[in-house]
Amino acid sequence: MAKYVVKRIAMAIVTIWAVATLTFFLMNMVPGGPFLSEKAVSPQAMAALEAKYGLDKPLSEQYVTYMTDALHGDFGDSLKQRGRTVMSIIQTKFPVSAKVGGMSILVAFCVGVPLGCVAALNRGKFLDNLISVIATCGIAVPSFVVCTVLMYFLGVNLKLLPTFGLTSWKHYVMPVMALSFYPMAYIMRLMRSSMLDVLGQDYMRTARAKGLGQFKILFKHALRNAILPVITYLGPLTAYTLVGSFIVEKIFTIPGLGGEFVGSITSRDYTVIMGTTIFLAALMVVMNVIVDILYKIVDPRIKLN
Amino acid sequence: MKENPISFQSKLKPEDFLPATNEEKESLVVMRESVSFWKDGMRRLVKNKVAMVSLAVIILVMIFSFIVPMFYPYSYETQIKGANNLRPMQYSEQELQAIASGEKVFPHILGTDKMGRDYAIRVMMGSRISLLVGLIATAIILVIGSIYGSIAAFFGGWVDIIMMRIVDIIYTIPDVLLIVLLSFALNAPLEKLVNVPGFGWIKTVGTNLISIFVVFALLYWVGMARMVRSQILTLKESEYVTAAKALGAGNARIIKKHLLTNCIGTLIVTTTLQIPSSIFTESYLSFLGLGVAKPLPSLGSLASEAINGLNTYPYLLFIPALLISLIILSFNLFGDGLRDAFDPKLKH
Repeated sequence: MAKYVVKRIAMAIVTIWAVATLTFFLMNMVPGGPFLSEKAVSPQAMAALEAKYGLDKPLSEQYVTYMTDALHGDFGDSLKQRGRTVMSIIQTKFPVSAKVGGMSILVAFCVGVPLGCVAALNRGKFLDNLISVIATCGIAVPSFVVCTVLMYFLGVNLKLLPTFGLTSWKHYVMPVMALSFYPMAYIMRLMRSSMLDVLGQDYMRTARAKGLGQFKILFKHALRNAILPVITYLGPLTAYTLVGSFIVEKIFTIPGLGGEFVGSITSRDYTVIMGTTIFLAALMVVMNVIVDILYKIVDPRIKLN
Repeated sequence: MKENPISFQSKLKPEDFLPATNEEKESLVVMRESVSFWKDGMRRLVKNKVAMVSLAVIILVMIFSFIVPMFYPYSYETQIKGANNLRPMQYSEQELQAIASGEKVFPHILGTDKMGRDYAIRVMMGSRISLLVGLIATAIILVIGSIYGSIAAFFGGWVDIIMMRIVDIIYTIPDVLLIVLLSFALNAPLEKLVNVPGFGWIKTVGTNLISIFVVFALLYWVGMARMVRSQILTLKESEYVTAAKALGAGNARIIKKHLLTNCIGTLIVTTTLQIPSSIFTESYLSFLGLGVAKPLPSLGSLASEAINGLNTYPYLLFIPALLISLIILSFNLFGDGLRDAFDPKLKH
């Protein structure tokens, strides 16, 4: 177990390092340098600026400086938002995204798991077919379609919910719905197939044979085993919600990290793009590692390799 | 002769002992034509109604996006004067005058956008781009993934370990972030390349689209590689591989002729299921403004452009949105059908 954990963590570190390195060199491939877009800068001022940010040094030295700074949580200054460091932007914007994302993961989990179970228990009946149709459609519809359709009907046509901003609970309803739609459908499918698998196991027959009540069989024996694949999905799910939030935050103008990321793309704010990329990538990788390790702890049957 | 009622004696007549006629002989032949892998799979596929309906939808969309535009009187980039923001089937004033003077004007079936471009042809071109991206990206993935996976599995040992570690690392790199980064970094070198003779086409396609393909080539093949590897690990123990080796076949030949051809079912299924996810990614990126270059439309960018006018022209958004969902859904369902037909083992 310890060996597995160490190996997994080592690989996560390698991945984060690879992303950071790739990011650094891609950033330097972008021609022109960060100050070219400024109003005519005299050569002296340019040199001074470059010296200030250490851009006159050789690339290898810059790389070492960037990596050390990044390790200390310093991703440099924003090029377009004067006087703000990338880290301070992340610190103010990330909690907003985390709140919306966390809520949608919760919704996806709380709706997807029961519906998947219901479908499995009613296998082949009307309810199962209905849930399967919803799940299939949910996987095929891109998040921007869900967002815009929700916005048109609930926001513009019926005027039930506000279409932008994030000030009251009402503002959360549509973004969370849009963001949780795909994972919910996915969890439903996953839960249905793993529940069907568990229901056919020998220990289910044993439990029934020794006279356990339906409730106990379902919750203590079936659900606890069937939910394991869903737990492994939580890692990729975090990644999905983080990336999915790009679109959702753009459409609903939520002041979160995803919106900031898209904004920095359009305004060509390179340091912000790089900083947020490394931050988000590290977050996703760490979440994946945590989920993988948890999975092995929860399910002792899994062989450690 | 009186017969015993419970006798087991068979009542045979002399003519029962005559040699059999040719007709009788034929009726006793039980051998049927042998069913090949393809025929067997196709038979199962044709029986699957959902898969056949999805296939019909896919073919319809293909006709709609590849053949219909050839005969369509409008082009996706011409801006028709005075025909901005027309509703479906509406004519502009100039066109009404033309009709009044006896000319024939083809109606704008889906109206026009705010630049006065016929929307129906833009949607057709958009789905053409989306389909092309899905197919090309998937082809790249198929080639890289199957070669990589089969080499790793065939040679095994430390080659396999190193190659699969690389796959593991690539698997955890968040893809969309890298696409964004790459589209930045590749923008300038590609723009320089546009001026080199023979590379002018890059400009029409857009540098972003090229970087999407590069990212697909760099990142997305890992799933395919894993799938192929696991198949070949079991296949390479088969007797026919030993036989081929004994006959002196080289490694490349064994991989190409024996191993890859034998996991063709898995390859087809994985490829078909990869197409919708490529289309999905492209529409997502186009929606964020990282996809094809203007004025070339893609379903994602059409939807993205339509958002601002959502209050007044909701159909401009719903048509591409509906179409992209329909394309992804039918490819998914068709892929599921193919999997059930050709690769029943993969079902769970």
